[in-house]
Amino acid sequence: MDNKNKEVIDAIEAPIYLKYKFTAGLAPARFLSQLKQGVLTGQRCPKCDNVYVPPRGSCPACGVATEEEVVLGDKATVQSFTIVSIPIPGNPIQPPYIVANLVPDGANISFIHLMSECVNEEVRIGQRVTAIWKPREEWDFAMDNIRYFKPLDEPDVPAELIGHLSVNGTEN
Amino acid sequence: MVKDSLLQKEYELGFTYTRSTGPVVGKFLTGLKNRQIFGNRASDGRVIVPPMEYDPETFRPLNDFVQVSDAGVIESWCWVSKPRSSHPSAVPFAWAMIKLDGADISMIHHIVTNEQNRVVTGARVKALWIDQPVGFISDIRCFVLEED
Amino acid sequence: MNIDICIVAFSQSACVAQAGAANEVELIMPQLEAVYGQVGISNAQDVDFVCSGSCDYLQGAAFAFVAGVDALGAVPPIQESHVEMDAAWALYEAVLKIRMGHAESALVYGFSKSSPGELPVVLSQQLDPYYLAPQWIDSISLAALQARLMLDKGIIKASDMAAVVASSRRCAMDNDKAQLAGQFSISDLLEEPEYVSPLRKADCSPISDGASAMIICTRSKAEEWQVPFVRLSGIDHRIETHNLGMRDLTTSHSTRLVAEALSIHNSSLDIAELYAPFSHQQIILEQALELQAETEINPSGGVLAGNLMMASGLSRVGEVFNRIVAGEAERGLAHATSGPCLQHNLLAILESV
Repeated sequence: MDNKNKEVIDAIEAPIYLKYKFTAGLAPARFLSQLKQGVLTGQRCPKCDNVYVPPRGSCPACGVATEEEVVLGDKATVQSFTIVSIPIPGNPIQPPYIVANLVPDGANISFIHLMSECVNEEVRIGQRVTAIWKPREEWDFAMDNIRYFKPLDEPDVPAELIGHLSVNGTEN
Repeated sequence: MVKDSLLQKEYELGFTYTRSTGPVVGKFLTGLKNRQIFGNRASDGRVIVPPMEYDPETFRPLNDFVQVSDAGVIESWCWVSKPRSSHPSAVPFAWAMIKLDGADISMIHHIVTNEQNRVVTGARVKALWIDQPVGFISDIRCFVLEED
Repeated sequence: MNIDICIVAFSQSACVAQAGAANEVELIMPQLEAVYGQVGISNAQDVDFVCSGSCDYLQGAAFAFVAGVDALGAVPPIQESHVEMDAAWALYEAVLKIRMGHAESALVYGFSKSSPGELPVVLSQQLDPYYLAPQWIDSISLAALQARLMLDKGIIKASDMAAVVASSRRCAMDNDKAQLAGQFSISDLLEEPEYVSPLRKADCSPISDGASAMIICTRSKAEEWQVPFVRLSGIDHRIETHNLGMRDLTTSHSTRLVAEALSIHNSSLDIAELYAPFSHQQIILEQALELQAETEINPSGGVLAGNLMMASGLSRVGEVFNRIVAGEAERGLAHATSGPCLQHNLLAILESV
């Protein structure tokens, strides 16, 4: 806003910048530390047995603390997806690309990640995918240690079984 | 099992809003742009500076604008010996409630001086304007002590 | 319809300068477990309504208050609400919910993770966005302007402020949740250098991380649960203009109005827990409430001993509850505040049954 040439002020730029030292949380910190080692982990609810990824330290369904760490595989199932066709400011990825809800084998809820090395028009719910990791020397405390997920040549998972596979990819 | 670690990251949150002023705040800020300070008259006759949109007692809109002086008297003050990075002054300064001549309500701004011992309640101060006011509260760079 | 509101459980974490890695969920959960345990229920499904108080700007995590719901067990969905204020106002909302007959019981909690940011500066951004917020005047400086007005007018002396601090530190020695405690003489405290003059560091509440939680319900529900309970016989609040220049900062007009509405003046009170983030503000409150000599003020040490921003108000109510349940008091007053220089004030009266 340039108020220099305005005779009557009717709006102002009033930007607010606040500095923080963000802390990840105990459960997310453990998750990110494992991710730095190239391992995807979740936490199991002691009450309902559901495995959450990324873990936040509680089972949001039961309202109890989660402690048990569960190592998950690299394989996952597409629970939902969208094809992004518009550029997002600040995002280096060129559209069109796929953003998907993926449930890793052994977990009961999905997280959001990218899909690539795929035919966008053929991406579907139930499709099997696997994580493509960055080179080990680039691993950090970050979800983008996994560059993206790419399709696997495996049979689709029926909708009712998505989110219910064991860590071996078999039906629980 | 990985050892629990305290993962921390410094970052800055920005809220880059443009705010509509409305006619009352707009009148005040337009005044600043012209190196003038406007207040408005409350239902009980008191002149409020900076102006308020509504009377805090009767809740009626306030439209009766009054120009006041850019000099006045310290009503209260505190001395900031170690300014924070967000503060408007990098050198030690005083926040103050200042009752401008012609106003009945004091406004909050800051005073910069190297004579800390002269910052006392009742002392007279005057506005130091920036070179090219733009219609913002910081058009008053700070207040300075008037000469004795 | 006149429904008696009762408090049946309260828990508060220790006030710590830095809660380390713990996120909002991890801060809240131990307090929720504690209050569930006091009543003998298992999670938020066992109450009719949940209301929390917090402010995401403290830790700079957008929608932290929504993330906090992960602590509750909200499957199947629960009735839940939030105030971007101290949880004492969440308590107020929960009381209304029960009074309206929409709930028989409610869980109330507040949490504070202030350590990731610069709290006094964060609070500057709750001021009016045209005249004050762009000047970045912090909460301590505003309180200092208020203290100066009182000193200049002879309402208080620096030694009165130090006496408030000394009392807080002394009382806090019996409070294992306190962050600051110890024996200090008035002269010790006055020897400390001024921080933001006329305030010394000890005149300002510390910045604390933590959480507190409470369960309230109707009298019949409390009797059904068969737990000790305290009657919340009154609760009300008033706010003053945001324009600091228009307020008489040397008194608390809004506190006085609430006290009148609740007929507190000249009533018998064994204890009062006052939310005074700065020492001189405790004196303002004592005067506005016209507290009698027999009323013990801030037996917990108050917030000068530890200040869980957005939970300390609820904790004041909880402290009074604890003492009445323990048989140390019959009738007590809790106060909560919000905004700069005691802008907004809430009072609650608690009575033994």
